[in-house]
Amino acid sequence: MALLEVRDLTVVFQRKGEEPFRAVDGVSFDVEPGQTVGLVGESGCGKSVTSLAIMGLLPKRGAKISGTVKYDGTDLLKLSDKEMRDRRGRDLGMVFQDPLSSLNPVVPIGLQVTEVLERHRGLSRKEAMIEAKNLLDKVGIPDPNRRLKEYPHQLSGGMRQRALIAIALACRPKLLIADEPTTALDVTIQAQILSVMKELVQDLGTALVMITHDLGVVAGLCDEVNVLYGGKVVEKAMRHKLFAEPRHPYTHGLLASIPRLDAAPGEKLTPIKGSVADNIPWEHGCAFAPRCPNALDVCVQVTPPEEDQLGRLLRCHNPVVPGTPAAEEVPV
Amino acid sequence: MVLGLSSKKEKIDGVAESAGVSLAASAWKRLRRSPVFLTGAVIIGLFIVVSVLSPWLAPHNPSEPMLIDQVVKARNEIPPAQPGHPLGGDLQGRDFLSRLLVGSQQTLIVGVGATLIGLAGGLFLGTLAGALGGWVDSVVMRLVDVMLSLPSLLLAFSIAAMFAKPSQFTVILAVAIVQIPVFARLLRGSMLAQRHSDHVLAATALGVKKGAIVFRHMLPNSLSPVIVQSTLVLATAIIEAAALSFLGLGNPDDRIPEWGQMLGDVQNVFDTHPHLAAYPAICIIIVALGFTLMGETLREALDPKNRR
Repeated sequence: MALLEVRDLTVVFQRKGEEPFRAVDGVSFDVEPGQTVGLVGESGCGKSVTSLAIMGLLPKRGAKISGTVKYDGTDLLKLSDKEMRDRRGRDLGMVFQDPLSSLNPVVPIGLQVTEVLERHRGLSRKEAMIEAKNLLDKVGIPDPNRRLKEYPHQLSGGMRQRALIAIALACRPKLLIADEPTTALDVTIQAQILSVMKELVQDLGTALVMITHDLGVVAGLCDEVNVLYGGKVVEKAMRHKLFAEPRHPYTHGLLASIPRLDAAPGEKLTPIKGSVADNIPWEHGCAFAPRCPNALDVCVQVTPPEEDQLGRLLRCHNPVVPGTPAAEEVPV
Repeated sequence: MVLGLSSKKEKIDGVAESAGVSLAASAWKRLRRSPVFLTGAVIIGLFIVVSVLSPWLAPHNPSEPMLIDQVVKARNEIPPAQPGHPLGGDLQGRDFLSRLLVGSQQTLIVGVGATLIGLAGGLFLGTLAGALGGWVDSVVMRLVDVMLSLPSLLLAFSIAAMFAKPSQFTVILAVAIVQIPVFARLLRGSMLAQRHSDHVLAATALGVKKGAIVFRHMLPNSLSPVIVQSTLVLATAIIEAAALSFLGLGNPDDRIPEWGQMLGDVQNVFDTHPHLAAYPAICIIIVALGFTLMGETLREALDPKNRR
């Protein structure tokens, strides 16, 4: 049994007098201890909502969650508020996107680290302070004694994200969810943060759910990748397979749109046509069909089922044939 | 070339430094150079020094009718300025200058007291509404709306008039109650903004208890507009307290001088002796102006939109 089993997770946002909106539509995936699973997709595909649903952080009113999220056998969605609060930080950790706004600006870093330790591990302030120093050391923050007394605005962006990771890992959660942890950082710092996370996941055997729109991060970190589109998983495969032979036209488009070092000078980038706004509802066919270069008539009539084909889970009527060059060039 | 490089480096260092300066430090840096703020600060500083030292500064006892023999009510005669009494005496023959000086004490006590009590009440209600949300929020905010819908001075009069025995404390209470909704609404608004902020979400994701989230993560981040508002409220409180005393709803014991009451007492002799009204009135205006100047500049300085 996997550490985290997400089955058929569906999140519907409903407001009075408005059409309900399915942000996440039957997403399923497993995460084993020590494994890194990626959730990939563009803005608005349901990545972050999935993570918030697992953590139980979606607002009670307005968001209807169904499906199961089994952590070590218990369904997190069925736990009470209090039980869930006891688990957050202790069993489940989360690292957010923007390290500056995710730290409390008026509380020193030290107190923000010790707060979790005191809460979940019952340490005294003194013991927690020593542990906090070790934690900052572990995530590679130099001179931790000084940093513990400083406020978030006195730290650099990379150090803030390291501090956030230290806080998230303070109680050694078995599951860590990272919601675009590198998006707000510049490229050199991104690499450092990723290597810190990789090391910690290996050392502590933490299961990691990596949410990102950056395929570079996926390539460097993830074992298994779920590509999300319009709230559904459209392709799920092991990393190597996915990068070597993307079969879903969306995955293929994502990979083709990355600028390549070996491209000829002056060669144009190949974007995916259109935007999420062009989606059709899944009930009427494939949400990606209006933007898809491979679209057939059937794509706008029948919802493609999720099928185990070509050595992966795929939701497509007309998958990309291996060896197809990047989608047609679109004048920008 | 070398010079250009080094100046560029300095510029970069300067930017890095300012990014690392806290809000309070950068606000103070700008305030120090603002003439408006300095004017306000000097007025308030002088006011506080005078009121604290007034028992020693006052040349005479403010409640002793030492010039009573010069008062002839029938002929509307009031002791004029004379050696030892630079501003003359009042209707009861008491030294006018001493009464003005000692009167500042009452203004300070009532202004600060009313603001503090109002602040405490507002903090309580605002935290309650902002932290709990839901129906508590609705109830508290409707109550606040009702209180704000009444003109503040009128509300203060009604509250002060409810007490059978007016005293200094009832004035403070009346003025304080009027200020509560102002603080409550302000704090609740900024608490709501905090509730949806990233760091509160992050703290929730760490399983931090509700109480700690409210008092460690939400409240301290919501306080700065409230602190600024309290300097502005000090000005209103002083004016409202003076108005209450002027109308006789203040402390009935006229041995303790109070500017509003001094104004009220001399209404009948205003056309012949305007100075008796003018001095306390000017004092009230200057002190209220001082607090307003300070509060307004403080608000501008602490507004993150105005940084740099």
